[in-house]
Amino acid sequence: MTAETATPLAAAAVIDAFSRRHRLHWAEAIPWVLMVGAYFVFPDYLALGAQVLATILFGLSLDLILGYAGIVTLGHAAFFGTGAYVAGLLAAHGWGEPITGLLVAALAAAAVGFVSGAVVLRTQGLTLLMLTLVVATMLYEAANKATPITGGADGLGGMDVWPVLGFRFDLFGKVAYWYCGAALFASWIVARNIVHSPFGRSLTGIRENERRMHAIGSPVFWRRLAIYTIAAGMAGVAGALIAQTTAFVGLGVLSFDRSGAVLIMLILGGVGRLYGAFIGVPLYMILQDQFAEVDPVYWYFWIGLILVLVVVFAPGGAFGFADRLIRRLRRRAR
Amino acid sequence: MHKTLLAAPVIAGLALTAGTAAAQTVKIGVVSTYSGPTAQQGDMMNRGWKLYDKLHQKDLPAGVKVEIIERDDTGANPETSKRLAQEFVTRDHVNLLTGFVWSPNFMSVAPVATEAKLPVVSLNAAAIQAVGMSPYMVRTSFTLTQQAYPLGKWAAKQGYKKAYTAASDYAPGNEGADAFAKSFTEAGGQVLGQVKFPAPPTTPDFAPFLQRVKDAKPDLLYIFVPAGPQATAIMKAARDLDLKGAGITLISTEDLVPDEEMRNIGDQAVGLVTSGIYTSDAARPANKEFVAAWYKEYGDKMPPDFESADAWVGMKMIYDFIGKTKGKFSGDEAMKYFSTWKDDNSPKGPVMIDPATRNIVQNVYMRRVENQGGKLVDVEFENLGMMNALGQPYAAAK
Amino acid sequence: MADAFAAAVSILFHGLAFAMVLYLVSVGLSVTMGLMGFVNLAHGVFAAAGGYVATTLMSRVGVPFAPAIAGGVLAAMIASVPLERWLYRRLYGKDELDQVLLTIGLAFMSVAAAKFVWGPLAQPFHPPPALSGQIELGFREFPTYRSFLIASGAVLVTALWLGLERTRFGAQIRAAVDNRRMAQSVGVNTSLLFTCAFALGSGLAALGGSLGAEILAIEPGYALEHLIYFLIVVSVGGLGSISGPFFAALFLGVADTGFKYLLPEFGAFFIYALTLVILLWRPRGLFGHA
Repeated sequence: MTAETATPLAAAAVIDAFSRRHRLHWAEAIPWVLMVGAYFVFPDYLALGAQVLATILFGLSLDLILGYAGIVTLGHAAFFGTGAYVAGLLAAHGWGEPITGLLVAALAAAAVGFVSGAVVLRTQGLTLLMLTLVVATMLYEAANKATPITGGADGLGGMDVWPVLGFRFDLFGKVAYWYCGAALFASWIVARNIVHSPFGRSLTGIRENERRMHAIGSPVFWRRLAIYTIAAGMAGVAGALIAQTTAFVGLGVLSFDRSGAVLIMLILGGVGRLYGAFIGVPLYMILQDQFAEVDPVYWYFWIGLILVLVVVFAPGGAFGFADRLIRRLRRRAR
Repeated sequence: MHKTLLAAPVIAGLALTAGTAAAQTVKIGVVSTYSGPTAQQGDMMNRGWKLYDKLHQKDLPAGVKVEIIERDDTGANPETSKRLAQEFVTRDHVNLLTGFVWSPNFMSVAPVATEAKLPVVSLNAAAIQAVGMSPYMVRTSFTLTQQAYPLGKWAAKQGYKKAYTAASDYAPGNEGADAFAKSFTEAGGQVLGQVKFPAPPTTPDFAPFLQRVKDAKPDLLYIFVPAGPQATAIMKAARDLDLKGAGITLISTEDLVPDEEMRNIGDQAVGLVTSGIYTSDAARPANKEFVAAWYKEYGDKMPPDFESADAWVGMKMIYDFIGKTKGKFSGDEAMKYFSTWKDDNSPKGPVMIDPATRNIVQNVYMRRVENQGGKLVDVEFENLGMMNALGQPYAAAK
Repeated sequence: MADAFAAAVSILFHGLAFAMVLYLVSVGLSVTMGLMGFVNLAHGVFAAAGGYVATTLMSRVGVPFAPAIAGGVLAAMIASVPLERWLYRRLYGKDELDQVLLTIGLAFMSVAAAKFVWGPLAQPFHPPPALSGQIELGFREFPTYRSFLIASGAVLVTALWLGLERTRFGAQIRAAVDNRRMAQSVGVNTSLLFTCAFALGSGLAALGGSLGAEILAIEPGYALEHLIYFLIVVSVGGLGSISGPFFAALFLGVADTGFKYLLPEFGAFFIYALTLVILLWRPRGLFGHA
């Protein structure tokens, strides 16, 4: 078997495994059970819970382009921030209805994704990576300068967010929790369907062996652009959720810190497994809380170290670790 | 770190209330920056209010106890700040919220303040529009306009005709530069142009910007950079380009000569004139007391700066109110008291809250850096008077 | 008219000095990318390391200027060897994502470590009196140090190009960049070559970082703050090229200075827009390899 034939065989095997997983597995209900349970077990932490749920959505959107389409980006916050500011501006200028705000924000973020993707996805490797960073940085600078519109570094306040479906956003964060949870659930259904569809499988094919896909006539560029746009829209929803539940938009929604953090969260959980964000986001936020208590000023050091260790010793994050563990247990069982 | 901070006042509180009959505990929530890249700013502010709290616990009426709960916003994070405020209300049931290094963090808690009728006192966050966002917000620090506007007027009076402004391109920088330009022009001067440095936290290369200023040949340059390391860097760049030799005088607000940097800034700063609301070298007896207490508690390696003094004043205001009401009050009563609070004898000089805007009204001083016996000190040589948040002389509404 | 001329001269001068620093720091990244195919987002760490060591030697230990700079370069080169052999080597040919994550993690660690050791403030940089102040260059005065920076930058670049064109080591690098397997089959020890090239690139970065401390301040966040500029230089210049990044650095340095001088309200925004346009036209960079 030469190198030429090995890769398409491997690609076929990967695709086959995906299609087998199309049917709903009982374990997939776990995150939702946990989400409902947490509402009753942690009634004092719902404001935090809402933010975690919105961030999971952000991570899920990154998983679509990173895990499934193989596009490495350092600027995903561009779409998150766009969604946040659009939702913020709507609420600050008289239209505070949350759900329509979400939809408009998603469209705006998707538009930014489409336009920037059309430019950026023509390149590859380091250049692609750098351009994603450039786009996000440009938006950050623009938001900083456009102080009359965005509030600049002081942020965008004065948002009047109306009740969602008759429920007012309360101080305890109860409504925010369910609102973010519902948005996450809906987006997850969309993501899951994409991943298990022929379109999703073609993305995996592109990721595994792009040259082959070109050779069989698959419209590589347009497929990648499509998923980039969809993921951008989803990230925009996540940003809008944060904006609406906080009733404030800070400049940090567009920052490199935000892009880097969501990347790390996804890596911790495992890329390309659809549920990586569900594990990685809470894991990261708990780690951050714990480390901040032990060693507040040097959180950067520990997260950097964890990243290095994960890459070298535990590639695939939590899911990869679980995979290897299961494989080892199965081997022993034989 | 949070756990030990929580434990101390709680244990102390338990011990104190053990024997007293009608004990009243006032819970104060503090949202401040303890970690992350900007922890140092939080540190100067925290030391200020902690010092006041520590020294004046004993002055509280019998049976009244103050319990302070601190939470970390990790930097300019309005989402985190708002969540912390919500948790302070729903979980900890605080009577009062204070702290706030960052304006976005302060502004994001406005809806919580209004809904919970929770008084919120900013010890630092300076965005001019912030306190207007809720009737339960008040500030004891300053605004940039408060210091920069009178500066422009003063400069024109000194005879400077052509000015240039150079400020960091973010909200406080632009606010200060615009205020200065406005008053300077109103007083008959001419502003030749405005330069904007890339926004913090990066320290930019000042040379090309200062070169542009030099090429335009003004006689005065107003500078604003975030207080701290950039101040030293820009002074060095100005010296390298020999702005002084080209006849350009530097002028700024107190951010250019923060007290903790005075030791590093070197002789290039001698003669530098700034406007400000506080310097640790002020000769007022109230300030001498404050600085002495500071050195006793923290050692004399670093003097207090304006953030520390603002925090001290804010905590005093809170303590005055607690003492007066013996710890039992509603949010509305608190705001009524704060709106008319004053102190004629604070380390900053006489201060008061403007009932119309809930911003602080205080003296704006003109200071000059001098070399006194080998040590650099900032000397207040002129008092421009009590200025409101807009930098206008304060006139009480009759 | 005279004003416009004076402005143009100022922009060109400062832009050129900035370009030199950018090039010195970024050229190593271009070689690493082209040679080992390794995305090293921690490249700026070596520049910062050179700057930290040099400024510490100068201000705390009292070492004179030139030896301090040399010390910074040496420290970076020595540190780069174990990093390449034990850590980076594991990821050659592996997934780009893993390389990105590893190097970002290292960059984060360096930011925190620098803050821990040297504090959050920018390091003071005091060139010797001979290189300070202003100097008369024909019709007007220029800051002396920046003039020195331009001059020494030009010398170094020339030496680098000659080194790559005329020496055996340079030939080996060029061969390995063009076609690694072929180079191996004619007997080039690519493993040793990689380590040496990486050390050279890191040393150059340290040189740029320490000499350029006045322009790119040595502070803990250095590696991440300026990453985007280094990446622009390398992408626009073309990976694996030595001369490409030079012209890219010239463009970036002068354009950036020009925009900040003439249109400070927009600052870096136009640079990014220009970068996008150039890369749309030439996705592999101006001098990139196919």
